[in-house]
Amino acid sequence: MTAAETETPLSAPLDVGFDYTRSVGPVLGRFVNALRERRVLGVRGDDGRVHVPPVEYDPATARALTEFTDVADEGTVESWSWVAEPLDGQPLRRPFAWALIRLDGADTSLLHAVDAGSPAGIRTGMRVRARWADEPVGHIRDIVCFVSTESPPGDPAPAPAPPPVADRAEGDPVSTVITPIHLNFLHSASPEESRYLRGLAEGKLLGQRCPACGKVYVPPRGACPTDGVPTTDEVELPDTGTVTTFCIVNVPFLGQRLKPPYVAAYILLDGADIAFLHLVLGCEASEVRMGLRVRASWKPREQFSTTLENIAHFEPTGEPDAPYESFAHHL
Amino acid sequence: MTEVAVVGFAQSPNVRRTQGTTNGVEMLVPIFTEVFEQTGLSTKDIGFWCSGSSDYLAGRAFSFIAAVDAIGAFPPIHESHVEMDAAWALYEAWLKIRMGEVDTALVYGFGKSSAGQLRRVLALQLDPYVVAPLWPDSISVAGIQARMGLDSGRWSEQDLAEVAARSRRDAAGNPFAQVSGDTDAATLLDAPVVADPLRAHDIAPVTDGAAVIVLASAERARDLVERPAVVTGIDHRVDSPALGSRDLTRSPSTELAGRAAGVGTDVDIAELHAPFTHQELIVRDALGLGDGVRVNPSGGALTGNPMFSAGLVRIGEAARQILAGNARRTVAHATSGPALQQNLVAVLERG
Amino acid sequence: MAKQLAAVLGTGQTHHRAKRTDVSMPGLLREAVDRALADAQVDWPEIDAVVLGKAPDMFEGVMMPELFLADALGANGKPLLRVHTAGSVGGSTALVAASLIQAGVHRKVLTVAFEKQSESNAMWALSILPPFQMPVGAGAGGYFAPHVRSYLRRSGAPEHVGAIVAAKDRRNGALNPFAHLRQPDITVESVRASQMLWDPIRYDETCPSSDGACAMVLGDESSGDAVEGGAAWIHATAMRTEPTTFAGRDQVNPQAGRDAAAALWKEAGITDPLSQVDTAEIYVPFSWFEPMWLENLGFMAEGEGWKLTEAGETALGGRLPVNPSGGVLSSNPIGASGMLRFSEAAKQVMGRAGDYQVDGARTALGHAYGGGSQYFSMWVVGSAKPGS
Repeated sequence: MTAAETETPLSAPLDVGFDYTRSVGPVLGRFVNALRERRVLGVRGDDGRVHVPPVEYDPATARALTEFTDVADEGTVESWSWVAEPLDGQPLRRPFAWALIRLDGADTSLLHAVDAGSPAGIRTGMRVRARWADEPVGHIRDIVCFVSTESPPGDPAPAPAPPPVADRAEGDPVSTVITPIHLNFLHSASPEESRYLRGLAEGKLLGQRCPACGKVYVPPRGACPTDGVPTTDEVELPDTGTVTTFCIVNVPFLGQRLKPPYVAAYILLDGADIAFLHLVLGCEASEVRMGLRVRASWKPREQFSTTLENIAHFEPTGEPDAPYESFAHHL
Repeated sequence: MTEVAVVGFAQSPNVRRTQGTTNGVEMLVPIFTEVFEQTGLSTKDIGFWCSGSSDYLAGRAFSFIAAVDAIGAFPPIHESHVEMDAAWALYEAWLKIRMGEVDTALVYGFGKSSAGQLRRVLALQLDPYVVAPLWPDSISVAGIQARMGLDSGRWSEQDLAEVAARSRRDAAGNPFAQVSGDTDAATLLDAPVVADPLRAHDIAPVTDGAAVIVLASAERARDLVERPAVVTGIDHRVDSPALGSRDLTRSPSTELAGRAAGVGTDVDIAELHAPFTHQELIVRDALGLGDGVRVNPSGGALTGNPMFSAGLVRIGEAARQILAGNARRTVAHATSGPALQQNLVAVLERG
Repeated sequence: MAKQLAAVLGTGQTHHRAKRTDVSMPGLLREAVDRALADAQVDWPEIDAVVLGKAPDMFEGVMMPELFLADALGANGKPLLRVHTAGSVGGSTALVAASLIQAGVHRKVLTVAFEKQSESNAMWALSILPPFQMPVGAGAGGYFAPHVRSYLRRSGAPEHVGAIVAAKDRRNGALNPFAHLRQPDITVESVRASQMLWDPIRYDETCPSSDGACAMVLGDESSGDAVEGGAAWIHATAMRTEPTTFAGRDQVNPQAGRDAAAALWKEAGITDPLSQVDTAEIYVPFSWFEPMWLENLGFMAEGEGWKLTEAGETALGGRLPVNPSGGVLSSNPIGASGMLRFSEAAKQVMGRAGDYQVDGARTALGHAYGGGSQYFSMWVVGSAKPGS
């Protein structure tokens, strides 16, 4: 059994978050702007049914729908389920019910939260009314939740902060709603890549050879892309190599860490059969050439971790350039 | 048009969490090997490849691209991908064989559901303007659907527990299942509700997994295996996404797909993709499956639900029963989206 | 039984802009779909199935958006498929839709591709870096620019050829009422004077990011026969994939593209593409990809593609007008860009390309690629029925 098979692969959190800006268009625009006035709007379908929330296109005929009608902010629970432990982003922070609620005047049901205290506080057929936000902004969350009309909670659940609002000119209707979407994942490296990353933490460049084609991959692969089998035999590679091709980055962009111009280059390590992208510094950008011989410039050892960032950049060795024919098949 | 048959099927063990990557390579490499052993084919014999997976399950864009490494895709391959359960990838592959463009195809699906919080991720399948911003999780949405049937008397908690108990008992014979056990409905009903009205046994587990199916033209299939499972009908349909405008206790899309696929009454075994107990009852009803039909002998998705391959697994299990000579005519069903929004039905027969 | 004949009955697209904040996602799609249905003179009840394509779900923050779009796509009760093959997706989606007809399953299929990248910011979604990966800090063009340099080294192409492509495509875009960038006054000199972003790629040689959608109605033989003025008949289709990176991969002239093209020409019965194809809509997001793909597709020998461009033969009125619609350099709704290439090819052979119509176009290529130049999809459409 190889070391790669006995060591636990590396994993780390991957947090993906963005505040999506959703232009709502004319139909949903009417709906969210009405919410801002604490009114609920429906749209009449081709079969006469009033859809709440409104749908832009009829579910049966696909025709665009335009006939709006006001419905009540009070209605009847059609069905429900209980959330014992609310998840991030849900309307309430304490246990609540999700319910399909048919508002008076509507023929379809709206999905929203009911602040019912416990499962004993809700039933199908129960009458509920909207609890509106103190300051509606034109978003489905202007309805904080629904509560029983007969026995609303004595201690209303604290509402989470309202959603962010898109910039618009004074007096203009809401045309864009903002929906933050933040998700957390655990990202895992493959066993082969983990072996390589742990090598980097020790200042070593570890590649692996594909048992089928014999090519040396760095980083090693869970499957050789041409043979579909994991790379196996470990090969320690030197930190010198050749620039196969490159570009000069002249453009500033968000999150950039170096001041342009600088060079991003494909570097083919000596003894490897595949190049990777890295920075070439230590000379004028205009002096970088295809075939330039380079050596890794490592960060101080105490800053090493399981990443190729341990190599700050590559810089010229001063050796004569590699002949074009020696790397032409890597372009 | 050319007839199409399933000639090979393999799946990875259904587990709560793998240590592998989200691109599925570690799960796919061994099962590719397995179907090639079953069929005597190799990478270069495959005319068309098609996969199903999801970027949101992996938490990053283009997550399916690295999975291609598991194939060894050079020289280049004829390949496509659907952002759906791989049962729909099988449909695309079925088209390619049917039109005579290729005579073999390999279909795979994979998903590492454990990488994120699955029931929260699935909230992003809902309407992004007025529903998803509230983050209704997939279990809560299914709970609303389940209660509608309980309220209307279409099913009882006892009915649901019996589905779960039968699934778990059957899964004891399935080495790939994640959940199994010798239990009965009474025992299961003693457990508390976890997402009222649902109990833990009503909800499919969170599963990491992958599956692969090899298809061949019926003519080619006869050279590859003794008893190919011929796809005599396959169809899929979708319902409106507006949960509040549908009768959630029924599945018109399954009914339409079942009729178009020609399910009929002569069915030995049905493998239904029901991630919640009540959904099995809805699908069963929509397909008109009588009491004589053996449902989910594998244990079904309630005992292992690898996202983006669980539907393909149903087709694989239904085919396996024919390949193994246990059945003559089987039905497979796959679902996608909240509350059974989209459904695929395939009918398989001994060739 | 062999493949059934299939044809494009009609096409539609949105006005492409950086931000289409006037519409929702359903509204954006329907702008293209309604135009396609009108162009095809087909109404909703006739549509048997819908095939949707788009690039990563994270661009819009909706998981499998075809599910919530089912109402807007008129798909309820019908089959609905969702394709995702990176940047080539618009093309692959059209090919899946075509296969529904070629396999004899359906008579009329609606196919749609879209991107509303302004819901987030495409560059954000593309730049999510998983743990353990090193951010090189090369930016959006940093992946492709080194391969362009490799092309220049291999072919010896003079530096101004990229600018010729950019000026031509933007001027073509000015003839297209739907194009995002419409620059009738752009010149080779002005392109060359624009900022060098990722040397050797200049600002005016890069594509925009657009919101937009494209739709087509495809039909079977009898539906194609009924199209007034003639349908665009599908003569050949091809798709090929290779891994993103592997030892010895040719990243300038990828084998997957060469294989796809060879299969395509063979199926279409084309032995000399440059003579037999009247116009080509080729996926060119950076100017230099025109000569690179001319070679990859077999219009020109390896190392010679730039000569066709430099001679002006890829401009309107040339021997092989390339991207008369303005191409990706003029409009780039990512997931829809490939389908736009396919539909623009169809419009040419249907004689419906308006101010950028190529005179007498009878045979046209639609081409898309994606990922790290690893996914290819393409079709040949013609005004004549195959075999006739």
